[in-house]
Amino acid sequence: MGQFILRRSLASLIVLFLASIMVFLGIRALPGDPALVLAGESPDAATIAAIREQFGLDAPLPVQYANYVAQTFQGNLGISTKDRIPVADILVERLPVTLELTSLAILVGLAIGVSAGIASAVRRGRSTDYVATGLGLFGLSVPHFWLGLIAILVFAVKLRVLPASGFVGLGEDPVENVRRMVLPALVLGTGLSAVIMRQTRSALLGQLSADYVRTARSKGLSRSREIRHGLRNSLTTVVTVLGLQLGALISGAVVTEQIFVIPGFGKLTVDAVLSRNYPVIQGAVLVTVTGYVVVNLLVDITYAYLNPRLRLSGASE
Amino acid sequence: MSLLEVEHLRVEFATEDGAVIAVKDVSFTLEAGEILALVGESGCGKSVTAMSIPRLLSGDDLTLGGSVRLNGVDLAALSERQMQEIRGKEISVVFQEPMTSLNPAYTVGHQIGEVLRRHEGLSRRQATARAIDLLELVGIPDPRRRVQSFPHQLSGGMRQRVMIAIAVACQPKVLLADEPTTALDVTVQAGVLDVIQNLRDSLGTAVILITHDLGVVADVADRVVVMYSGRRVEQAPVQAIFSRPQHPYTVGLLGALPARAVTQGGRRRLTEIPGMVPPPTSDPDECQFHSRCPRATSACTLERPPLGEVADGHLVACYHPGPGGHSAR
Repeated sequence: MGQFILRRSLASLIVLFLASIMVFLGIRALPGDPALVLAGESPDAATIAAIREQFGLDAPLPVQYANYVAQTFQGNLGISTKDRIPVADILVERLPVTLELTSLAILVGLAIGVSAGIASAVRRGRSTDYVATGLGLFGLSVPHFWLGLIAILVFAVKLRVLPASGFVGLGEDPVENVRRMVLPALVLGTGLSAVIMRQTRSALLGQLSADYVRTARSKGLSRSREIRHGLRNSLTTVVTVLGLQLGALISGAVVTEQIFVIPGFGKLTVDAVLSRNYPVIQGAVLVTVTGYVVVNLLVDITYAYLNPRLRLSGASE
Repeated sequence: MSLLEVEHLRVEFATEDGAVIAVKDVSFTLEAGEILALVGESGCGKSVTAMSIPRLLSGDDLTLGGSVRLNGVDLAALSERQMQEIRGKEISVVFQEPMTSLNPAYTVGHQIGEVLRRHEGLSRRQATARAIDLLELVGIPDPRRRVQSFPHQLSGGMRQRVMIAIAVACQPKVLLADEPTTALDVTVQAGVLDVIQNLRDSLGTAVILITHDLGVVADVADRVVVMYSGRRVEQAPVQAIFSRPQHPYTVGLLGALPARAVTQGGRRRLTEIPGMVPPPTSDPDECQFHSRCPRATSACTLERPPLGEVADGHLVACYHPGPGGHSAR
């Protein structure tokens, strides 16, 4: 198992390195000059040149990249070209907000998705199954922004039970924080729960007719124990799907944060792109990529834990 | 009263092509410590017969008839919860496919321990200790290490021994072994059969052995029920089946055994039974074997032959019983 984790971690490092090059080059390929944006309404050549020099934008690309990597390893992600605040500080402030939102959304997605998936697989062909698969299809097709607006309309405007938007830090007021996170987390988690529900259903249906479930039954185990036997082998699918859905979750977070006016990572990224704030975009994308890679590493490890055959093949290589 | 009494068992599945009657009016008894072989070709209903005893068949499209009594208790009358108390404790099963019948995600120790925790209320630690003893009992070397193994780390023969360990963990009264050696190498088969026989001898477990392998039957069985197309066609003590088979189908099965091959022009030759098993969707009032039978007469198609006793404990459903004269073809 240890060797397996080591090999996977090395592979993840390579991915991170390649990703950092892509991010670096990708942003420089975008049209628009940040120096021009920064120089204000009527820029003169001297001001632009000064800005270029100050942010290192006049150096050749490889040098810029080397500087960037060296600085990154020192925890220096550059300074926001917009408000001159260190990018690292901005990220540290914004990241927890989005982490909280996506974690809650994953919890919502798993809780609803797995339980609905189990229910519809176990009661296949009955009304429970039809209701769950119908809702699942709805959850898959409905866009975040629409669901977000409807949620605000129903819970904030009509029922007045939850606030429509805004954010309060977890440290400031935990209760208010949760109250304000409920709607965004539900909205973001809905699509995920639909995907997880469908995957859980089909995986579990396949497993429940497996011979080993019949063995479990022949041992005198209860129906719920039988289902647990099948579920253990279905969860690999669920974990894989969760890893794959992370991209969708991050882009969903961008939209959700816009709707509910949450000062998170997504909103930060959108604002930075609109103002060509290179250092912030780089930092944000780097953190996103790192998060993605780390989560997929965790997915691989969980997968090996759930599926012992994989552990063995990892160790023997 | 016998340990297990199966009476007029009938199993019917509803399919898109109409009802399939897998088991038709099958009755037999099983005494403590006895090994009863259910013999017949694939699709004759022998597995379905066995699986319906602990009510392992399920589904909306299933119709069961007749009765199964364990120590006089009608199992059909029990609730599902009561039935769970019986499965694994009073009646347990060894399945045909050791490769797929164990859960790949749990260690064998867990899977053996589970049945002990369920029925004997053992703690996890106690169950593991007992699992080690059981692995030793079924002849798995180094059981202390093996108890931590996952199924994929074991060979087919080892897995089948694990299945047997699960099945006998709570010392059941009845063990249903559904083709326990079919999926195994010939060299491993004898070992697994030995384990089953030893358990019968030491624990007094009654065994229903489902097989199409008459060699296995000759080795271990006390009594034999021969099934054909969902019906019992012959039943006898094992010596009688091999020395004085009565039903032409039994005679045909024995003729297909390599050891009994007929010598023809200096060459030993296996005889096959010509024709096909009739489709299980129909159940006309006639002998189901008549179309393949060398002894068939017009009487065979007029009415189904009843089971009659030709010798002590030897029953046969045939108008023309007798040991000789199978197909000349």
